[in-house]
Amino acid sequence: MGKIIKIAGPVITAEGMRGTRMFDVVKVAKEELIGEIIQLKGDTATIQVYEDTTGLCPGEEVVSTGMPLSIELGPGLLRSIYDGIARPLPVLQEKSGDFITRGLVAPSLSREIDYDFKPKVKVGDLVQAGDVLGTVKETQVIEHKILVPPGISGKITKVEKGKYNIEKVIIEIQTDDKKKEKLKMYHRWPVREPRPIKEKLDPTIPLLTGQRVFDTLFPLAKGGAAAIPGPFGAGKTVSQQQLAKWCDASVIVYIGCGERGNEMTEVLDEFPELTDPKTGKPLMERTTLIANTSNMPVAAREASVYTGITIAEYYRDQGYDVALMADSTSRWAEAMREISARLEEMPGEEGYPAYLATRLAQFYERAGRVTNLNGTNGSVTAIGAVSPPGGDFSEPVTQNTLRITKVFWALDASLAYKRHFPSIHWLTSYSLYADKVKGFFDEVEKDFSSHRQRIMNMLQKESELNEIVQLVGPDALPEEDKLILDTTKSIREDFLQQNAFHEVDTYCDTEKQFLMMDCILAFHDSAHKRLESGKKVAKMVTVPVKERIARMKYAEDYKKEAEQIKKDIESQLKKV
Amino acid sequence: MVKEYTTVTEVSGPLMVVDKVSGVAYGELVRVTDAAGRLKVGQVLETRKDQAVIQLFEGTSGTDTKNTRVMFTGETLKVGVSTEMLGRIFDGAGKPIDGSPDILPEQMIDINGSAINPYSRQHPDQFIQTGVSTIDLNNTLVRGQKLPIFSGSGLPHNHLAAQIARQAKVKNKDEKFAVVFAAMGITNEEALFFRHEFEKSGALGNVVMFLNLANNPAIERIITPRIALTVAEYLAYEKDMHILTILTDMTNYCESLREIAAARSEVPGRRGYPGYMYTDLASIYERAGAIKGKKGSLTQIPILSMPDDDITHPIADLTGYITEGQFVLSRDLHRKAVYPPVNVLPSLSRLMGKGIGKGKTRPDHSDVSNQIYAAYARGIELRDLVAVIGKESLMELDLKYLEFADEFEDRFVRQDFAENRDIEKTLSIAWELLSRLPKTELKRVKKEFIEQYYQE
Repeated sequence: MGKIIKIAGPVITAEGMRGTRMFDVVKVAKEELIGEIIQLKGDTATIQVYEDTTGLCPGEEVVSTGMPLSIELGPGLLRSIYDGIARPLPVLQEKSGDFITRGLVAPSLSREIDYDFKPKVKVGDLVQAGDVLGTVKETQVIEHKILVPPGISGKITKVEKGKYNIEKVIIEIQTDDKKKEKLKMYHRWPVREPRPIKEKLDPTIPLLTGQRVFDTLFPLAKGGAAAIPGPFGAGKTVSQQQLAKWCDASVIVYIGCGERGNEMTEVLDEFPELTDPKTGKPLMERTTLIANTSNMPVAAREASVYTGITIAEYYRDQGYDVALMADSTSRWAEAMREISARLEEMPGEEGYPAYLATRLAQFYERAGRVTNLNGTNGSVTAIGAVSPPGGDFSEPVTQNTLRITKVFWALDASLAYKRHFPSIHWLTSYSLYADKVKGFFDEVEKDFSSHRQRIMNMLQKESELNEIVQLVGPDALPEEDKLILDTTKSIREDFLQQNAFHEVDTYCDTEKQFLMMDCILAFHDSAHKRLESGKKVAKMVTVPVKERIARMKYAEDYKKEAEQIKKDIESQLKKV
Repeated sequence: MVKEYTTVTEVSGPLMVVDKVSGVAYGELVRVTDAAGRLKVGQVLETRKDQAVIQLFEGTSGTDTKNTRVMFTGETLKVGVSTEMLGRIFDGAGKPIDGSPDILPEQMIDINGSAINPYSRQHPDQFIQTGVSTIDLNNTLVRGQKLPIFSGSGLPHNHLAAQIARQAKVKNKDEKFAVVFAAMGITNEEALFFRHEFEKSGALGNVVMFLNLANNPAIERIITPRIALTVAEYLAYEKDMHILTILTDMTNYCESLREIAAARSEVPGRRGYPGYMYTDLASIYERAGAIKGKKGSLTQIPILSMPDDDITHPIADLTGYITEGQFVLSRDLHRKAVYPPVNVLPSLSRLMGKGIGKGKTRPDHSDVSNQIYAAYARGIELRDLVAVIGKESLMELDLKYLEFADEFEDRFVRQDFAENRDIEKTLSIAWELLSRLPKTELKRVKKEFIEQYYQE
């Protein structure tokens, strides 16, 4: 037990702390505020406190719990909304009303719900860490697998089945060193430590998002890591939310790290109402939300990404594909910077701590497609929004993130100003998974990758042509180039732009993406053929089918629409 | 137990270090009596076993290391709140300066407030009609939103804010509405302008003003917005009122924040502003909102002047990352004598989606807004092109877009300071302008709306 000797914002120093360990959780003062040891020096410990420290006095007590910051993992995580240290916000509301006060304790998982535990093992079975002991139906869409926690193995001596709350001992194991382990439906895991796996696999399956610019141009693989940097107002949050809504992962962990309260409310309001295109069930059934808004304590913001990725890993261990969205990792980095400054550490670039790059790398490395301890495959895909100051991508957080992530979705303010959404810039963005997942897309449609490549080439060509246009005007271009400019305009406006708020356009499946490309290119090819016979681009682009192509994104029966468009292209261009 | 100390060992800038203290709480309110016997108020910034660092809101002039007495009150900084505050004027620390007697507080509330539980928030979705076309159509304001005005020196941001405060109303509703106005470091003239505007519109009885003027202590600016917001929260959540809070000028607030950080020799972030400025600003802006089950709401319009009109300056930048959009004023439009000079392209309202459309404004609102944006952006792009290659080499359609951009600024953006356009009027001007473009160009608008509103 120690005593506080100094308080400066969220960081306090206590003496008499010899014997405590780094990253142990401590309870501070009478109100038992939760804190974490982040520095040890002789007898004194520096502690970051997850709650507001106003009113604390030197001399008040600090008690170590002897445990690192850990969270409960078990049924009940889905459909929940937590703060940065995994306290359920609805429970906090019951305890303290509409405003969050200090010193509240709330377990992450409800003890009031009974889950029907269906064992998959019997007395006498030998089990190892990661093995499935049984299942419970957690939500309408997720079968929660109760696993042997890491570090435990042995022979089963007792099995219970039936409806219990999570505190019930359901399995007993005689471990190899003759100890008895009583297992419940949940266990605790320290958030800063990655959960063990057997091996990492090469990510070759795309994470389908239903967003054209992502899937077609810059695909992300299941188990990959992506960064979305962009200035404010460029659409980071909408993009993240679109991914959380429509991507084909089984479980979604959405971290609102230091962002707006109203946006979290929006997610909370919308997700239970939206249905998953795959299962037809509310999206909330597969989602865990972590909300540590910008005005909530900064140290808890620092912890929130670890809380999120630990939950993601836990579902991965059960064999699920998990997608994790962190909005925004810059706020997380700033929380590190703030704590670091209070520790009076020597600052690195722009005041960020020198370990910024290491921490970012450690976080993104927890993503991946893996073989679990129990032999199943699962994945964690991490998508981090980055909020560079002034939209300047040369700043440390963006740069250090780009060194690790393989997908870069660059948001562009000038596109956003034109209301070109999602404002992902097609020339600056890239995906290093494009080749790895090519096989998958070509299986859907054999020309998928060649169409993609043609589109990319034309967009590249467009930027070169635009430079010429800036000098001599569009009239001076040869007809062939004029056609390219018209086609790229169509690609940008009719294909890449996608309206997140339109009931049909918000989600576009892979086949529709292909057919849309196909129609745009069909028009281009057909018009190109006719250039030789002296037809003018300016005339050809006025045919009514152009508008039909533009509105194809809103078509529900897109197959029929595509057929009609292709017929119209031929018949209408012939008449020009 | 309240003890008084005379152990001031250091005074520098707004800070004071007191030694040989014991049991001083972090964030505690401090009363300091300087050598001449004047009382000053401060707050504990850092506390150790035997030492405390205090920031004095009214500056440290007159304090010394010999005779100055320091009293730790054991309380955090609180403000007395009451509905009687409506119609009154206070200084930046919450003392009445309108000559009328002190108010009798109904409650004393900590000025720092607490974070609203995101689970308790009501998602803002009630359209506020401001009567300003560029706002109502393109960057709709909703109740409970925080939407700043990004301005520059010499631009008419005060007029715009006053016009919004005067005209703002929720369609077809008659509810209790009030303005809480907090001035930080603005001139007396500007403060008078607001006062006269409130008076003219007969709203003064529904306005609470907190004035920290340019010649008032700079450090006091740290608490002025917090006091104002505490009062606003009280009126909104306890007294069921709809509150519009105007905070001006946030740039001065941030300067004060930087001053304290520098005095404490903290590691500076960008351009010398402290690394925690994001968190600090969030603790102000995030106090906007609405709560489930409560009638009132708190809408914020902070005003900030971007140094050198630079939107990437840390103050504007961090604000933009916290607030739900921004109105950006343009010097170019101002030079063309367009009032209000709102540049719609970089402006944004993140919450408009839920506040517009069927049953709220009109079903075509969203499509029209998107189309206007796209068309105006195209027109602006062409203006640049014309500057290089001249109008002659443009195609006919491009000329139409050029003309659209001019007409848009002249007829849609421009309106009189006294002109209150309702949303129907705004939409009808928008359709008039859009109707000059060929129908086929209106790709963002649903066909049924084109049929209904396009003017051949």
